[in-house]
Amino acid sequence: MHPARSVIIFTVLSGLGFGFLAFLGAGLVQPSGWAAFWLWGLGYALAVGGLLSSTFHLGNPQRALLAFTQWRSSWLSREAWAAVAALLCLAPMALSDWLGLGLPRIIGLLGAVLCALTILSTSMIYAQIRAVPRWNNASVPAAFMALALGGGAILADQTGLAVVLLAASGAAMAWHWRQGDQAFAAAGSTMGTATGLGDIGRVEVFELPHTGGNYLLREMIFVVGRKHAQKVRIIAMACAVVLPMVCLLLLPPFVGLLAALAAYLIGAFAQRWLFFAQAEHVVGLYYGKR
Amino acid sequence: MTCLPAKTDKALGLVIDLDTCVGCHACVTACKGWNDQGYGAPLSDQNPYGSDPSGTFLNRVHSYQVVPDLTGGVQAAAQIINFPRSCLHCADAPCVTVCPTGASYKRVEDGIVLVNEDACIGCGLCAWACPYGAREMDADAGVMKKCTLCVDRIYNENLPEEDREPACVRTCPTGARHFGDLGDPDSDVSKLVASRGGYDLMPEQATRPTNKYLPPRKKDRPDQASLLAPLLDIQATGFAGWLDKVLGKL
Ligand code: SF4
Ligand code: SF4
Ligand code: SF4
Repeated sequence: MHPARSVIIFTVLSGLGFGFLAFLGAGLVQPSGWAAFWLWGLGYALAVGGLLSSTFHLGNPQRALLAFTQWRSSWLSREAWAAVAALLCLAPMALSDWLGLGLPRIIGLLGAVLCALTILSTSMIYAQIRAVPRWNNASVPAAFMALALGGGAILADQTGLAVVLLAASGAAMAWHWRQGDQAFAAAGSTMGTATGLGDIGRVEVFELPHTGGNYLLREMIFVVGRKHAQKVRIIAMACAVVLPMVCLLLLPPFVGLLAALAAYLIGAFAQRWLFFAQAEHVVGLYYGKR
Repeated sequence: MTCLPAKTDKALGLVIDLDTCVGCHACVTACKGWNDQGYGAPLSDQNPYGSDPSGTFLNRVHSYQVVPDLTGGVQAAAQIINFPRSCLHCADAPCVTVCPTGASYKRVEDGIVLVNEDACIGCGLCAWACPYGAREMDADAGVMKKCTLCVDRIYNENLPEEDREPACVRTCPTGARHFGDLGDPDSDVSKLVASRGGYDLMPEQATRPTNKYLPPRKKDRPDQASLLAPLLDIQATGFAGWLDKVLGKL
């Protein structure tokens, strides 16, 4: 699949934002006064910024509000609802922390659950797609959730929790790669089943249907850069998991947090790029490509 | 609404005969021509006369070479099979359920899967969900395009009776494309599918396609690696034959 920049930025930043907001909402960090203003503001900026970035890849963003209508069947629609609900629900909690209104924490807890649901919905947009076998399994929600919460914990300055969640994120990432590498074969789609001609013998492309490019080739049959997958995996694992842990545990508090965050972002972007670039859509079979 | 109907009154669709298709691309051209002036945004082209042309099509014709498995140690000749690919109007269409806006839908009355372009935000998720590459985003209009089963022809009373079928079916010079109600076991297309062993593409994707493909017929005599093989096995006679024998013994 084509790794569109806007979608990579969206999933990483809004994941981090909602992960952080979940910790603020749950009261694991309880800033007050202007500190609260800036921390909540950062959470909102990341979450909303990410969501806005996602509209850049729409063909007709002016109709984006219609995306709220189909929550019964569509994970994209559910994500829109969960995101808005989380942001609205947490707003009073944010004001309360900032201005010392003393509203009950239960509002924040509910908001934290909604944040988690938002992250889950984002991951399900991909995990639901059977035509991309690498995505169509439970490792995707696990990896998205752990990565987002791990990043949130770094921002929330919760060293202990961050180390645990980052380790979980590393495990989920490794699971996703392992699962993903076998997924296409396990799904059972081949040029034989795609054309139905496999019963006769080995199917090969004789001539392509068009000599130029098209939407399918650009969007779903992205093969550039896959040969570096192994290197990118190492970068992702080192930067998104190992380095932040080391920074948090060994460096002095504030410096450690900043260094951990920087490493995390590099690693998260690498991981998300790979998530798209490595995913093979079964339509590639018609073109003899994967 | 992007929930799928439990049942449709009819299941209109195409039956494509891979035995008959000669790969002339007439259906591709007819489809593009009709859909440039009919339903929704016209199918646009980008840089059509330049060095890197690209465009939106609802129907594409692939050509495959199928190399038969060895039978008794003999390699039969490869077969060339032309393979038109368009929307299969699936009963369990994953492209419909993923759509966040309700733009993609499946009609209860005839099972046709359509896009309401006025509601489409161009997110592309439906194209990801389709295993068959049947949906292409129009680069000009920013909305999703797909085969409409020529819904603006088949019910169109302004057209002469014989033209009330999809443009691709109407135009196919070899009659390799058939249109009808695959939900009715007594329809011509259903009978054709039954008699020729029509099949679904990628059944493992669980989309339950309406369109069916008819496999190439079995060859009426054993294939050979080359039809010219008997002619190539030249037996020399006379003086040349004697020379051949003597030289062979040396
Ligand atoms: S062929 Fe693709 S676009 Fe057509 S109904 Fe099936 S899944 Fe949807
Ligand atoms: S591209 Fe249009 S039709 Fe397809 S899922 Fe998005 S809104 Fe629906
Ligand atoms: S039925 Fe109409 S829209 Fe569909 S492939 Fe044929 S000509 Fe194109």
